[in-house]
Amino acid sequence: MPANYVPIFIFIAIIAVALPVTLLAAKLIRPDNPQKTKAMPYECGVDPIGDARARYTVRFYIIAILFVVFDVETIFLFPWAVQYKALGLFGLAEMLVFLAILIVGYVWVWKKGALEWI
Amino acid sequence: MLHLALFLIFGVIAVVGAINLIAQTHPINSALSLVVVMGSLAAEYLLLGAEFLGAIQVIVYAGAIMVLFVFTIMLLNAGAEEQTRGSKVAIIIGIPGMVIGSVAVAWALIRAHTGAEVPVGSLYGSAQGIGHLLFRDFLLPFEITSVLILIAIMGAVVLARRES
Repeated sequence: MPANYVPIFIFIAIIAVALPVTLLAAKLIRPDNPQKTKAMPYECGVDPIGDARARYTVRFYIIAILFVVFDVETIFLFPWAVQYKALGLFGLAEMLVFLAILIVGYVWVWKKGALEWI
Repeated sequence: MLHLALFLIFGVIAVVGAINLIAQTHPINSALSLVVVMGSLAAEYLLLGAEFLGAIQVIVYAGAIMVLFVFTIMLLNAGAEEQTRGSKVAIIIGIPGMVIGSVAVAWALIRAHTGAEVPVGSLYGSAQGIGHLLFRDFLLPFEITSVLILIAIMGAVVLARRES
């Protein structure tokens, strides 16, 4: 393990201890007096109707999958960017081909209207 | 020493998260367990010296893929799991099958272990190493990946979009 990652694991260990301790201390100290009205999402507003677990529209799915796809595309830019000098013009051409293929997809999605919220 | 201890701790977290994933009856709880598994796997990659893979694991798997999973669960509005006779049979056959499978894999790994050790960090784990491999040796697979992503974009839009 590269030694400079040790602080990250120390942070994780501190949080793993501090978080339960804080929550537990708060639970022990605070007055605990739950009521039905207090537990409602809007204590002094309109009463909620129906179930919170409603079916979501499929439009969210398109947004999610396009996010995943372009996220993966961006990931491929990182190893190229850190090796930019070493790879030179050839690497640049490779990356431009890669991006050109994906920009075709992006333009297609745009023309298709999938980025619009209808 | 610290390295080994951390590796074991995150390994145990990953296995416990995976068992919890199966044991939970509501899909959202299972999805959150999967985030724990992905996160601890990222820590394992980091401990093995594969820094870039660890970062990718967090960004793509624990982030993007899990967003997609949760969205899919919300789209289908999947409720709690129902126990049927088939699932009882699956438990009776599945648990011994899993134990036999993991023992077989562990046995094969122990037998294949020749005693030669690879020093941590000597593998192509950094972003530089991956970039070198990806853009020199595995050029064609890299370019084909772009076509694969293009197909994924088109498939998603064709499947999910309502034609107006």
